Amino acid sequence: MTVSMPRTFRAVALVLLASAATPVLSLEVGDLAPVLSLQGREAPVAVPVTGKLTYVDFWASWCGPCRKSFPWMNQMHRKYAAEGLEIVAVNLDQDRADAGAFLEQIPGDFRIAFDTAGESASLYGVKGMPTSLLVGPDGKVLEVHAGFNEKDAEVLEQMIRSHLEATP
Amino acid sequence: MKACSGLALAVLVLSGCAPIKPVQPWEKGFLAKKEMTFAGDKLDEAYREHTYFSKEAAAGGGGVGGGGCGCN
Repeated sequence: MTVSMPRTFRAVALVLLASAATPVLSLEVGDLAPVLSLQGREAPVAVPVTGKLTYVDFWASWCGPCRKSFPWMNQMHRKYAAEGLEIVAVNLDQDRADAGAFLEQIPGDFRIAFDTAGESASLYGVKGMPTSLLVGPDGKVLEVHAGFNEKDAEVLEQMIRSHLEATP
Repeated sequence: MKACSGLALAVLVLSGCAPIKPVQPWEKGFLAKKEMTFAGDKLDEAYREHTYFSKEAAAGGGGVGGGGCGCN
């Protein structure tokens, strides 16, 4: 009995291809951000907010730097909401109660969305916690940033300010 | 034929690993819990480490770079 080798190889290749995990694509500057509607505190929340400069932040209650970023985001919200900045913080806790406990300690004055399944995170290609993106009014990604510390805060504010000035 | 069955076996065994997916960054909630750390109490661990490298006369033996002056 002869078995043609190419066929065997093809079969192996097929199985390997099928078993390969779907690659997590990450959004890059200039890409169109996926438009999502997520559960909010009361009403559904649009991510990103259409026609507005949106700062999208992916966070979780167990993430240390996220804890630091909340007061800063509150500050940014207070400073730049009037100029047209929208902040949407997407929570990725698997248990929404964890997020609730976090928000009781550190309230967020901006829009907060909940995605317990984490689908939005894989669509946006979140590579670390927290990950934030600045999305322009045209829906295109302007900036992608991973992590958060005090040094980042200054750089991020500068970024927000320059993009606010650039958007009419 | 032998090579073929070997290949088939390899494919069969290896495809068992297919459902294993890497933990995504947003799925690390359980790993971030305090009880998931290798060491127990943070303060106790620092104390133990200090005693260890003092007794062993090996400054930086716990992973910190040292000048080798033995001044710990």
